[in-house]
Amino acid sequence: MADDMEKTLDITPFDRLQIVRHKNRPTIRDYLPLIFTDFYEFHGDRLFGDDGAILGGVGRFHGMPVTVIAEVKGRDIYENKNSNFAMPHPEGYRKALRLARQAEKFHRPVICFIDTPGAFCGVAAEKRGQGEAIAKNLAEFMTLKTPVISIVLGEGGSGGALALGVCDELAMLENASYSVISPRGFASILWKDATREEEACNIMRITAEDAVALGVAEAIIPEPDGGAHNDPETTAENISEFLAKSLNNKIAKNIDLLLNERYNKFRKIGEFTE
Amino acid sequence: MLEDLFKVVTARFNGDDNEKEKSADASSVPMFKCPRCSCSCGYEQLEENKWVCPECGYHSRISAKDRIAITCDSGSFIEYDKGMSSLNPIDFPDYEGKISAMQDKTGLCEAVVTGECTIHGERCLIGIMDSHFMMASMGSVVGEKVTRAFERAAEMNLPLILFTASGGARMQEGLVSLMQMAKTSGAAARLSEAGGLYITVLTDPTTGGVTASFASLGDIIIAEPKVLVGFAGRRVIEGTIKQRLPEDFQSAEFMLENGFVDLICDRKNMRRTLAHLIRLHRPSQKMEDMTDGR
Ligand SMILES: [Zn+2]
Repeated sequence: MADDMEKTLDITPFDRLQIVRHKNRPTIRDYLPLIFTDFYEFHGDRLFGDDGAILGGVGRFHGMPVTVIAEVKGRDIYENKNSNFAMPHPEGYRKALRLARQAEKFHRPVICFIDTPGAFCGVAAEKRGQGEAIAKNLAEFMTLKTPVISIVLGEGGSGGALALGVCDELAMLENASYSVISPRGFASILWKDATREEEACNIMRITAEDAVALGVAEAIIPEPDGGAHNDPETTAENISEFLAKSLNNKIAKNIDLLLNERYNKFRKIGEFTE
Repeated sequence: MLEDLFKVVTARFNGDDNEKEKSADASSVPMFKCPRCSCSCGYEQLEENKWVCPECGYHSRISAKDRIAITCDSGSFIEYDKGMSSLNPIDFPDYEGKISAMQDKTGLCEAVVTGECTIHGERCLIGIMDSHFMMASMGSVVGEKVTRAFERAAEMNLPLILFTASGGARMQEGLVSLMQMAKTSGAAARLSEAGGLYITVLTDPTTGGVTASFASLGDIIIAEPKVLVGFAGRRVIEGTIKQRLPEDFQSAEFMLENGFVDLICDRKNMRRTLAHLIRLHRPSQKMEDMTDGR
């Protein structure tokens, strides 16, 4: 045990980022069948199209119907082509919102899995209102009258992650990160030197522990030694254990209380003097 | 209605360095160089034209102080939360130093000024982002002041007008900065549920995390002509697609064409437009002849 403790303490944020970017890092496609049953994927935003970077649908968790919304990292070139390396377009966020509204109507909790380098930056994304799509999700999830639980599986990149991150409880896998911009982008903007990625990564406070300390996350889900890729089944069990506890807690709450707590969770984040 | 006369505003235009250049002639008076059409004109002429380029109509960046002067009824503005100043949530090296240097340079405590005022007699809450303060990036203070503006608008049952401008998130505040997007958007959603009127005026430049939060959530979204509005940085997109983007990409006009802006309004008509829109949203107004005769 003492050995394990020391090992964890030695891991730098940059080391964790390498674990998260490992080519065998499990994705939502690995976890889905291990955590949910009777899953049906639902496609499309009913406005423009279907975005492969975000999957959504209904299934059962321990027998209870739930809505699942997730950013999709590909496990190979083919999957990544379909999922655009988990960088959603506006229609992805709008699909997520459509399915969240559906969950609200049918009184199902929403479970979001965050795993993205960020929202896609491109001409089509701008034309179809990337900013508006993310903004709308932030506003609508804040007032969604059903429990929302979010879990960061790998990279939680900026607004593209936050669009699935307005929730009652946020958990992070042990090695996952959550950041305002990639460490590379941070170094490039603030120091005009993208090669200082590692240094940026280590001061940005992007780890699961940092997110808890900053009041952004409530829980850390343990990963097997060396990272989730060494044992996806155990990782899935750990995710299930967290979900069961969290859902039980949130479902039991009066909805007005839940919404006030959700609002205040974000309301109190910020450090200033007057 | 005709009181949109030019006001003599004493504060000097405080433009970006790249908008300023020494004039070629011997007088060496600083000249405004338009970033859209590259024409030059004197700051006095620019100020008389409400800082709008006389050649192409580009609505250039102005300070919060000047915005208040040309928008609010004279003497009506009351500032809220004036002294709020950022701390250093992720202990970013020398962030405090950067903040205090910006405070000295701009005379502002932070990148947004909020308060209440009247516009043609219409009482409202108002917030103005000032791009001269760290490109009006959104950190804890911008997030908190904007959130309070939404909450006060709901409590006081007053319309809220936000003039947005921002380079995006305040990188030096890390994840705390990102969370301000959720905080402000949540407050906007609550004001909307309370039935409050929220008008956004997109000014140059409105980008990144501010576009992806409260700037895009107005009941009515107005933009000033030719201003930059978008989510991703132009150079980031050009890097992705490996080609140059057209000039008008991410302009107010581009956003209107793609359906994300209700109307584009000239600065000289802004006061009148805002006052009219506020009046149009007063509760339970009936048709005149029906309430009279029946
Ligand atoms: Zn011009």
